Amino acid sequence: MADLSSTRRTRARRTLIFAAFLVALALLYTGYKAFGQAIDDSQRDWWVVGSFLPRSDDKNMPPVLDILAEFGEAPREGGTTIGRLTLDGALFTLREAAVGFAAGTIIGLAIAVVLLQSRRAERGVLPYVIASQTVPLIAIAPIVVVWGRTGLEFLPWEWQDWMSVSLIATYLTFFPVAVNGLRGLQSPSPEATELMQSYAASRRQILRRLQLPASLPFLFPALRIAATASVVGAIVGEISAGVRGGLGRLILDFAGKYITGPERLYVAIIGACITGLVAVGVVAAAERLLLARRGIVAQ
Amino acid sequence: MKFLRGGAWLPPTVFGAGALGLWELVLWLTDPEGFVLPRPSEIAIALGENVSEVWMASRVTGFIILSGLAGGVVLGAVAALVVIRFRTANETLTPLAVAINAIPIIALAPLFNNWLGITSPRSNQAVVVLLVFFPVFINTARGLSEVDDEQIELMQSYAASDWRIMRTVRIPNALPFFFTALRLVASLAVIAAIVVEYFGGRQDTLGNIITQNAQFTRYDVAWAAVVAGSIIGIALYFAALIVERLATGRYARATAEA
Amino acid sequence: MAQDLVLEIAGLEKTFNPGRSNAVTAISDLYLAVRPREFVSIIGPSGCGKSTLLRLVGGLIEPTAGELSVNGRSAQEARLGRDYGMVFQAAGLLDWRTAIRNVELPLELMGWSKLRRRKRAKEMLELVDLGGFASHYPAELSGGMQQRVSIARALSFEPSLLLMDEPFGALDEMTREYMQTELLKIWRETATTVIFITHSIPEAVFLSTRVAVMSPRPARIAAELPIDLPERTPQTRDTEEFFRDVSLVRRTLRSVEGQ
Repeated sequence: MADLSSTRRTRARRTLIFAAFLVALALLYTGYKAFGQAIDDSQRDWWVVGSFLPRSDDKNMPPVLDILAEFGEAPREGGTTIGRLTLDGALFTLREAAVGFAAGTIIGLAIAVVLLQSRRAERGVLPYVIASQTVPLIAIAPIVVVWGRTGLEFLPWEWQDWMSVSLIATYLTFFPVAVNGLRGLQSPSPEATELMQSYAASRRQILRRLQLPASLPFLFPALRIAATASVVGAIVGEISAGVRGGLGRLILDFAGKYITGPERLYVAIIGACITGLVAVGVVAAAERLLLARRGIVAQ
Repeated sequence: MKFLRGGAWLPPTVFGAGALGLWELVLWLTDPEGFVLPRPSEIAIALGENVSEVWMASRVTGFIILSGLAGGVVLGAVAALVVIRFRTANETLTPLAVAINAIPIIALAPLFNNWLGITSPRSNQAVVVLLVFFPVFINTARGLSEVDDEQIELMQSYAASDWRIMRTVRIPNALPFFFTALRLVASLAVIAAIVVEYFGGRQDTLGNIITQNAQFTRYDVAWAAVVAGSIIGIALYFAALIVERLATGRYARATAEA
Repeated sequence: MAQDLVLEIAGLEKTFNPGRSNAVTAISDLYLAVRPREFVSIIGPSGCGKSTLLRLVGGLIEPTAGELSVNGRSAQEARLGRDYGMVFQAAGLLDWRTAIRNVELPLELMGWSKLRRRKRAKEMLELVDLGGFASHYPAELSGGMQQRVSIARALSFEPSLLLMDEPFGALDEMTREYMQTELLKIWRETATTVIFITHSIPEAVFLSTRVAVMSPRPARIAAELPIDLPERTPQTRDTEEFFRDVSLVRRTLRSVEGQ
């Protein structure tokens, strides 16, 4: 039985832990800077800093407060603030990721359902599903954009470059869904399946009433992984394909202008981290909503 | 485990050969110029013509992958072993690691480039280590802590020390969790290393071959490098499988079949 | 075959992995006939193929040889015609459905309207004394309650035959005796024929009109013992007739095992 007040307490505790972690990280960062500064001031060359550990000057590690202040700064007088630019980029990236995530989930589930039908199909195809993840398709994002522009004219809607980025996110998303989905679909006991057969249930009915619902507890951990993967796919896809408007492009731009304003890059990367957390958070919320009353408390 | 055994090779071989044949045939019919996608035969030829360049790049990238993978796996497993000894540390740090695992770590690459030098392979290694660390840590910590209470009580009834319980109950229990993570990060490390090469690092890497050639629409050469990356990934995946099999032996097969 | 038999089995044989080195003959030369409204328990040494027999009757697996008819038709036809309800040792409720929706499951598969199946499921839950637990999830019910939901589910479409595979095997002794009384009440009220697999001798005697004793592998029915108790209430378990029948079954079982 799900004890609501205790799960709420756990959640509050975890939020607190995360907040404490952020504060600790900021303190550690600041402390490390002070440490590096002290070494510089003492005019001693300590070989670890700058080779194994980051250099600690304000160019390489801008002060925490400067980074926070950068959210409100505008690159041009009276223009859009960096924080706003990052938010817009995050929303753009989140859309790419969401479309890729949805498509990847559907494709992953479809593969799982097909492989469920025969052991021979499972044996023949599953190794390739696994091998597919070793193909760094993400690195050939430019080619995917070209495909989108030239090869997909038959589609009823106009293909846009961000959809190619979604396609890359799809490629990273479908894998965990297919593998865990298959495990979940295979999870009901033989008795449960026999029971359905004793009601003369068809394959489709068994799939819908037994196997699909039984797969949910297996599916959600995969969907959480897939949520992060779709954001990674979207950010890296944008960078590699040169698609404008999202976080990936922002990171690349700010990395290029690092010398004139290192804080900006930090802001964009913090935005990327938050985007990843939001994507996983949405999936986790859906999981709690769907699984809470099964007597299985979702972690 | 199944496809390590003989006899189980047939379905994947048939499927793979069929898929390659279909790819070749469909493109030969629809896109003989290779604008959209090169045919397998063209990729093979490109690979043959650029074999020394791809081989050198594979060695550079392969070193980053292997060193990053080794570093991340060792750090993750050791961290889990340490953290599990302290109840509060486990209850605090494991959920935290789960949260951190939700962030797109690859996006941190430009920061590492600035910290550790854009041309240095160390920043690439650092990203791979970080990316590998979290899944290994989370899974191993779960495997070490999700132990049957009765097994622990049984050991305590024998007056076994904590270290003894760790060795005889917790670590064997954690092995399947650890190896699941190992298989996952084996392919993740390849993707991460190649993608991070986009942001900087040495020039003679697989990531660079892919991007340079894609820019000049020499897709067959880009694909040849992609194939090299895949081969590294598959080799690592199988290496992980073999290590898993050696470590868990008949026990794992018995539980997997059950 | 005679029309008035619910179950008729003649010369039944089941071999797993036939023709291979790991071939196992679980059942051989088995005969059994069950008339309507009978309560037949099947008892035998563990691993003797009791569950295999039940799965053959249910048409879930195919026999290697022999004849088997349920209500005058083949096991497959009977399964597709939903002639029987099945209860396993594990209640096998779907975690994600409330008690009442679990009972509705077979009716849903048969295409009953929502209103009709809700009404029937309610009646069935009342029959097993769980009227107040309709909207509970399985995780919120005790083992005995879960098993009663499972019985309600098996009876929901009023099958003429109820197949039960050690349904009370996982319950504690007190719950078990309570469930036995409940099952007898349901059996009387619903006019169902029951085939009941068990490894508990007192359970078989208390419930059955007839006990069929199976031999070790390859299994056949070694003996059939009619049980004729004057009444079956919790007090019956302390009567002399009950003890007599229990020891009769026990002796038979022992002699069969010794063969």
